[in-house]
Amino acid sequence: MKRPFLRPAPETPRRNKPDPLIYGHVWLLHHWYVIVSSVGQIARAPLSTLMTSAVIGIALALPMGLYLLLENVQQISGEWGGNVQISLFLKQEVPENKAHALADRLLQKSDISTVQIITPAEALEEYRTLSGFGEALTTLETNPLPFVLILQLSTQDLSAQATEHLLTELNQIPEVEIAQFDMLWVKRLLAILQLVKRGILLLATFLFLTVVLVIGNTIRLAIYNRREEIEVYKLIGATDQFIRRPFLYTGFWYGLSGGMIAWLLISFSLWILADPIKQLTAVYYSQLNIISLDWLSTLGLLAGGSSLGLSGAWLAVSRHLKEINPF
Amino acid sequence: MIVFNEVGKRYINGYEALKNVSFHLKRGEIAFLTGHSGAGKSTLLRLVALIERNTHGQIIVAGQQLNRLPDHKIPYLRRRIGMTFQDNRLLADRTVFDNVALPLIITGYRPQEIRRRVRAALDKVGLLSKERSYPITLSGGQQQRVGIARAVVNKPPILLADEPTGNLDPNLAKEIMGLFVQFNQVGVTVLIASHALGLIKSMGYRTLVLQQGSLVGDTYPRR
Repeated sequence: MKRPFLRPAPETPRRNKPDPLIYGHVWLLHHWYVIVSSVGQIARAPLSTLMTSAVIGIALALPMGLYLLLENVQQISGEWGGNVQISLFLKQEVPENKAHALADRLLQKSDISTVQIITPAEALEEYRTLSGFGEALTTLETNPLPFVLILQLSTQDLSAQATEHLLTELNQIPEVEIAQFDMLWVKRLLAILQLVKRGILLLATFLFLTVVLVIGNTIRLAIYNRREEIEVYKLIGATDQFIRRPFLYTGFWYGLSGGMIAWLLISFSLWILADPIKQLTAVYYSQLNIISLDWLSTLGLLAGGSSLGLSGAWLAVSRHLKEINPF
Repeated sequence: MIVFNEVGKRYINGYEALKNVSFHLKRGEIAFLTGHSGAGKSTLLRLVALIERNTHGQIIVAGQQLNRLPDHKIPYLRRRIGMTFQDNRLLADRTVFDNVALPLIITGYRPQEIRRRVRAALDKVGLLSKERSYPITLSGGQQQRVGIARAVVNKPPILLADEPTGNLDPNLAKEIMGLFVQFNQVGVTVLIASHALGLIKSMGYRTLVLQQGSLVGDTYPRR
């Protein structure tokens, strides 16, 4: 058996040299190179970078901070806001059986859906837990609180004459000391908050646009400063993607650092406001948790900032690279 | 390698930089392109590298019809054409090494390969010792040679040179021209635009003469 040509002689030099271009990891390497050099370029002008980032940070912090504030207010008022209800504070001397009889009588009325009786003991207990005056209240020898009837109205319409009429009617019942709407102002506040929410949304849109424009302008200047370099790159055959890449990264960094500054600003503001808010809310409701930046909204803030940066850079680059000859 | 077929270039303002130019530069050939300033030498080179597009006729470079080449493919054409410029177009904030490495970086070579090739190119133009210098510290002739190293570092089949000896004294100019001849001897197609008539004549290669945008002479030397 002869198999002379199956194998080349061992000393034969290899024909196929390894390809010097290995695109996969070279591409990654280039990305890494661009990341490092774009960070370097930003770091070489710390003051102007800081100023640009601060503008972006403030523009991001404003709507985000207002939104958080709104969330907090809504949380508080949501706790208080339920349905339209009227509290009937009965006179001190009205005993329990008379209170029950009155409750039954009121239930017959068509515009009242439910009646809840709060005994003086219950009221005291609730007051003790919610007001923060627990210790002081234990020193009381007698319970100074009267029976209270909470009436849930079947109507939601506050402005209706009927509701007003009902209130005067209730006030004229002999057992009743005073009848009043519960948390009416909270209802109104909630309505106002809806309006404010719209306003913040509008403000956020404008400010996001500002971020895009600020970054776009910064990148435009960067492109202008490196015009010569871009021309040379184009002349030796760099693709548009290659030329675009460092500017996109720069925009991304601006956006990201803007997001970080916004995070700092919001956290700082919340920290400053935390104590007064706590003091204020303690009077009404002691278990308030201030909504602050959780990790999800922090992530959202950073992602939002960097994507705004990226889109600003993209706008500037795609507009201005075309102006540079050669095409 | 480079074919011009009745090529014209008219600018929007009506100025005709090139009129009805036809020639054929074969693979591995070297030729000079000469004429007074404003005769259209630079324009012709720019049409080859698609820095500008011709308005009439047909250009074929390395087998590709340039009229039909879409914009996004232009970079890949330019990678097959090494080009040197009268003003060198070096980046002042990069070292000689980094300047020469640019064509390799944009193509995506591995760092070891880049080092090897850049050193080889710098060695070829006699500037290996200057790899860490900045262009501004070099003389005009040295800068031109860095430009040449950058043009040849990725071994393009075509080399275009725009006034490579523009501001150089005769001895240096001769040296530079000698470099182009060396590249031609290893198979590179070379087209050099120059108005140094005496030097061109003494070298004895094919010469294309432009006058006011028209090709008025295409002389081969007597061998």
